[in-house]
Formats: sequence, C-alpha cells, structure tokens
Amino acid sequence: MSTGEVLVSKADGNGGIMALQKNLEGYVGFANLPNQVYRKSVKRGFEFTLMVVGESGLGKSTLINSLFLTDLYSPEYPGPSHRIKKTVQVEQSKVLVKEGGVHLLLTIVDTPGFGDAVDNSNCWQPVIDYIDSKFEDYLNAESRVNRRLMPDSRVQCCLYFIAPSGHGLKPLDIEFMKRLHEKVNIIPLIAKADTMTPEECQQFKKQIMKEIQEHKIKIYEFPETDDEEEMKMVRKIKDRLPLAVVGSNTIIEVNGKRVRGRQYPWGVAEVENGEHCDFTILRNMLIRTHMQDLKDVTNNVHYENYRSRKLAAVNYNGVDNNKNKGQLTKSPLAQMDEERRDHVSKMKKMEQEMEQVFEMKVKEKLQKLRDSEVELQRRHEQMKKNLEAQHRELEEKRRHHEEEKASWEAQQRILEQQKLDASRTLEKNKKKKIF
Amino acid sequence: CNTSGEGARAVPLAGHVGFDSMPDQLVNKSVNHGFCFNILCVGETGLGKSTLMDTLFNTKFEGEPTQHNQPGVTLKSNTYELQESNVRLKLTVVNTVGFGDQINKEDSYKSIVEFIDAQFEAYLQEELKIKRTLHSYHDTRIHACLYFIAPTGHSLKSLDLVTMKKLDSKVNIIPIVAKSDAISKSELAKFKIKITSELVSNGVQIYQFPTDDESVAEINSTMNSHLPFAVVGSTEEVKIGNKMVKARQYPWGTVQVENENHCDFVKLREMLIRVNMEDLREQTHTRHYELYRRCKLEEMGFKDTDPDSKPFSLQETYEAKRNEFMGELQKKEEEMRQMFVQRVKEKEAELKEAEKELHEKFDRLKKLHQDEKKKLEDKKKSLDDELNMFKQKKTAAELLQNQAQQAGGSTTLKRDKERKK
Repeated sequence: MSTGEVLVSKADGNGGIMALQKNLEGYVGFANLPNQVYRKSVKRGFEFTLMVVGESGLGKSTLINSLFLTDLYSPEYPGPSHRIKKTVQVEQSKVLVKEGGVHLLLTIVDTPGFGDAVDNSNCWQPVIDYIDSKFEDYLNAESRVNRRLMPDSRVQCCLYFIAPSGHGLKPLDIEFMKRLHEKVNIIPLIAKADTMTPEECQQFKKQIMKEIQEHKIKIYEFPETDDEEEMKMVRKIKDRLPLAVVGSNTIIEVNGKRVRGRQYPWGVAEVENGEHCDFTILRNMLIRTHMQDLKDVTNNVHYENYRSRKLAAVNYNGVDNNKNKGQLTKSPLAQMDEERRDHVSKMKKMEQEMEQVFEMKVKEKLQKLRDSEVELQRRHEQMKKNLEAQHRELEEKRRHHEEEKASWEAQQRILEQQKLDASRTLEKNKKKKIF
Repeated sequence: CNTSGEGARAVPLAGHVGFDSMPDQLVNKSVNHGFCFNILCVGETGLGKSTLMDTLFNTKFEGEPTQHNQPGVTLKSNTYELQESNVRLKLTVVNTVGFGDQINKEDSYKSIVEFIDAQFEAYLQEELKIKRTLHSYHDTRIHACLYFIAPTGHSLKSLDLVTMKKLDSKVNIIPIVAKSDAISKSELAKFKIKITSELVSNGVQIYQFPTDDESVAEINSTMNSHLPFAVVGSTEEVKIGNKMVKARQYPWGTVQVENENHCDFVKLREMLIRVNMEDLREQTHTRHYELYRRCKLEEMGFKDTDPDSKPFSLQETYEAKRNEFMGELQKKEEEMRQMFVQRVKEKEAELKEAEKELHEKFDRLKKLHQDEKKKLEDKKKSLDDELNMFKQKKTAAELLQNQAQQAGGSTTLKRDKERKK
C-alpha cells in the first residue's frame, strides 16, 4: 500500500497551497504529458524575432545568412547594407523556414545606418522606439476585451556587433548597451573575427568583458541548470564571451570537404571551425539550445518591466502620488473597485452628517416658532385680562354711581316731602291765626 | 504563438540549422517547471467519485470518507504532488459534497458555478496586476469536470441536465456513467444513446476530444463515439489467472476495472490523462477563461473601440474609464447635495407657511381686542357723561335747596321770634 506520505507546503506565487505528496502504485500515464506538449507545439509552429545592430560593413547580413543557412538577403531582397541610408532605420524581414517538421517564422530586424553618421547622438533612439512599440502592441493585444490570436512580434534577442578594433568598446557601444540592456536580451559579438589573431582576440575579449562589468551592463545571462553536463557547456560558453564570429556566403572546398569560409591567399578561415572562430558556439546557443529561454526571458522579464512601468503611469494619473508603493501590486480594476467602495462609505458619512445638520436646523426653527407662539399667546392673554379688569372697574364705577344716584334721589324725595309737609303746616297755621 | 506567416516568404535551407530542437527546448522547460491539472468531480453522494479518482491515479487520496452533514452543496479541494518518471504533476481534486442530497435542489449548481468562477477571477486578478508573476502562479482553474451520472438505466435526471447546462460554458464536461456494473450491456447501450440524445436536445455542450491533430485524430474521434464512458472504480485487487488486477468481486463473477469488455475505465484514463490532458488545459485557458474574462470586462464597462476610430490603446482606455468613473462618483455626490438642498428649501417653505399662519392668527386676535377696547372706551365715555350730568343735577339741586333753606330759615327764625314774645 502507499507509504511515504509527506506533507509538502510549497509557497507558490499565489500564497502557499498545501500539497500532499503521493506515491503511485502503478503506471498512470501522465508521464505522457511532455509528448502532448511536444505535439501541440509542433502543430502551433514557432516564431522568433532577432535584431541585429552594428555599423555598416561589419558583416551582419552575412552572419545571418550563415546562421540560418539561407539567403535571407539575396539579389531580390537586398540586405540593408546595400541600401544607403541617411538616418537610422529599423526594418524587418519575415521568412518562414521549415526543418524536421518544425515550422519557424523568423523575423530579422535590421538597423541600417546605425553608427554610420558623423554625429551619432541618439542613433539608438529609433531602436528603443521600435522595441517599445512592439511591447506596446503586445500589451494592447493582451489587454483587449476580445483577444484572439496574439501575434508576438516582440524582439527576443539583439545581436550587437562590435567592430574588431582590438582596443575596447567604443563610447557608442557602451551607450547603446546601457540603454537597451533592460529592454532586450543583448548578445554582444565581435564581428569579422578573422582580422585578429587568437591572442589579440583573447585580449580584446577580456578588455570588453571588463568594460561591460565596469559599466554594469547586463548582457544576456545563460540560465543555471541542475544538469551537470549542461552546466559544463554553459561555463564553457561564458569563458568565451563575447563570441567572436565570422560569416560567409560562399562555399569553399577544403581538404575535400565543402565548407563555408573566407578564402585568403594564405588560407581559408572556416566559419564552422571552432578553432577559427566562435560561430558554432553562437549558432548552437542561439538556435539549438537557448532560443526558448531567450523568448521566456523577454516575456517574463523585459516585457513585464515595460508593462508594469506603463500601467503604473496610468494608475497614478490624477491620483495622489503620495500613495505608498504597495499599490503597485493591485490591478487598476481592483483599485477602481476599492475607490468605489471608499466613495460609497464617504457618501454614507456625508449623508449622515447632512441629515444631522438638517434635523438640528429644523428642530431649531420649530422651537423658535413654538416660542414665538407661546409669547404671542401670553401677550394676548395679558391684554385680555387687562381689558377684563377695565371692564370690571367700569362696572364697579357704574354700580357705585347708580347707588349714589339712587340714594340722592331718595334723599331728594324726602326733602321734597319735608318741604311739602312744612309748607302745608304753614298754611294750616296761617289759617288758624286768622280765627 | 501564431505562425500565420503573413508577409513572410518561405525560404529553403541549405543545411541543418538546428531549430527543429525547439519543441524539445520547450518541453524541457515545461518539465522543469512542472505541470498542474485540476479535476472537478460532480455527482450525487455514493456514486463512487473518490474511488474513481483513486483508481485513475493508482493511489489513495483521502484519509477518511467525507462528512456529509453540511446543508447545501460544498466543494472540497485537495492538492497532491505526484511524480511519474521525470514528470512532476500538481494534481488538485475538487469534490462536490452533498450534491443531490437536498429536498429542493434548485440552487445546487450555484456553489459549483461560484467555485469555478472564483478560480477564473483569481487568475484574472493576477493577470491584471501591475506587478504580476504569472509564470509562477499556481493555476487553480478547473481543467476537467467529470460529471457522474447515476446508473438508473432510464434517462438523465433533471438535476443533471440543469447542472450540466449551467456548467457547459465554464468548464470541459466529461460525462460518465458511474457504477456501471449495475447495468447490463444491452441496457447500457440504450442508456448511452438516451443520455447523448438528451444532451443534444437540451443543447448541452460536452467536451469533444480534439480531432484536428492527425496523430491523435483517429483515436479521439473513436472515443468521442463511446461517450459517456461507463466506468467502474476499485482499489481492491483480485487474483485473475496469475495476475493481481483491480476488480470488484461478486458471487456471480468479477468485474475487472481494466478489462475493456467490462467497462470503459481504460478509455477514460487514456483520453483524460494520456492523450488529452494538455488539450483540456489549453481549452480551459483559451476558451472558458477567455469567455469569463470577456464577460467580466464588459460588465465593468470596458470595450474595444470600434473599427473606424483609433486603434485600441490600453492607456487611453484606462484613463477614459477612470475619468468616467470619477465623473460618475462626482455626479452621485452632486445629486445627493442637490437632494438635500431641495429638502431644505421645502422645509423652509413649510416653516415659513406655519409662521405666516401664526402671525395671521394673532393679528386677528389683536383686531378683535382692538374692537373690544373701543367698545369699552365708548362705555366709559357714556358713563362719564352720565356722571357729569348727575353732578350738575346735584349741584343745581343743592343750590336750590340752599336758597330755599336760606328763605325758609329766615321764616322759621321769624316764627321762633314771635313765639318767644
């Protein structure tokens, strides 16, 4: 039965999903997965974009033809060196090549005019612009809502040709490499290596590598592998950097063999002879072993750098730039989501505040109204009372007057009566006297 | 990667260049990186989902059987590291626990759809990040959904049809008849036909093994005609002849899992793992995920500009979207403010109206009071007039009296004088 169950917690790119290791008790068949991948990749076909940069006359076109054993540049499709340019152009040629059932769409990007002018300031700019525009095309294609076929025209490798002066790098070489080493995989090559003796070449290489290190230029690095054999090969290549190459379009017969080479009065410099130059190493590395890695590094490193820089600029457009750098891990959509949520809570708060103020003001106003009502009522009551008091006073006065009047009138009547009585008595007396 | 080769001319090679090693380079990188595959098993309790997984992968996955006491449908996911020769596979098996157990199964499919969408969402979020690590991202999207059909022999249950219809645009569905040793061969044939016709008539899209690649077209198309696969799972081994084979032992005979006459297990394994695993992953990424992504982005209001305007620019779109978004927020704020202003206005008018009424009321009262006062004044005046008149009368009368008294007095004096004489 199954034994040896080990709990393996792998901290992955997305936060450590725990995976339990299981032993299989028999053949399942997923070991066939690589074949499935193989099959599908052959069906899909491959593509590769290679850029060559260097002054005219350094044998760039010849080298390409030698590398791919074809006449990429022929009388019908002349290479850039045959066309005279005033300014630096960037041109691409696409060819479809087939080998062993494998289809390869090869794009060669040429930069005629590079370094040929008297004043070469900014001659790297068209190159940078070209590389960036390919990144941009890819970014836009990747960001569409409807994405279908995404043709990949990003520059995956740049062969930089150094003139075989024997001294060191030219200022133009250094400037170019410094500006492009974070945009593309740079493989520096010593052109026309058959103009130097092995010792001169050795010296030249050391000098160049020293200067590259001094200027902190990051040329393409061969990846480490666990395979001992492969590592040995990688180390061998590293020792011979930068590769010194010779190219040729002509086939010459040497010792009964037909080889590509350059015929001199003193002998033939063979392109594919490891003792004559590093061409074979270049070809094997570029095409036979590291082509896929060049594509992967372009996709995972150079393109991602471009993309994150581009998107960070978009994100911060109009947004407070003091936000901490941790924001860079969020997608613009997630950021908008968060902003929306923040806004909702802000609005809620604002609504609450406004509601409170409103309530308070209404309460105030109502209170005032009530107070004024009370006041008016009070005044009215007072006036009423006043009036009533006056009424009562008046009544009192009238009553008093009535009383007085009544008593006086009564008095008057008594007096009248008395007067009448008196006058009657007088009359009586008068009558008595007479008798 | 696309070699449509527009604008490219084909050139012959004068020798061996060596790029025919590209597929090998690619394969080596994939092998070094490791593979990952995620299977979702959907089916009622007791259809042998866990056993089938164990049988397919020749290992015992779960320690103990899952608890079935949760209400609703829950999804349990487990990840395993497997290795076969130099190929490392990170396998995730997701099981639906409690599917079909409820009385009301209307919402059963929901948690499954939510789970699948959540994996798409996680990938989309990663893809949209500014600093992203897609290369080392552990892909949790479901690559294959094994849908377990109960071996009733009659037809698909409505739960099955509803669920598969909801899932067919989100995941590769491979329907299988579970515990198929419960059905006889003739019944099984009829059952398969019935299932297939029901799926077709309901428009359910199940996964078709691809026939575009000549090397596997034939076997794939043959297998397509055997769908749904009738499987039996077992981790028990029985001795048949002189070999130990995986089988289920009955009194009347032994069902051998890997015997193609007994069931379609071998076909399932062949198709799912040995031939089409990579295609399942690819379909998930290029079809199901793209559909999810497209819908999600359209939901958020993103769209590609139409053909006659400028070509699509990500930066401009994001900026436009952002401006629109900010404008929307500002508009909302403004609307709320306006609403308050309106309310304040209304309330003010109300209160003013009340104030006016109050003043009118008191004005009226004041007028009444004025009238009353005037009446009182009049009364006072008339009383005062009376008093004056009375006084005058009194004064006149007193005057008369005094005069009379004076005269009378003198007469009385005279009389008194005479008496005295």
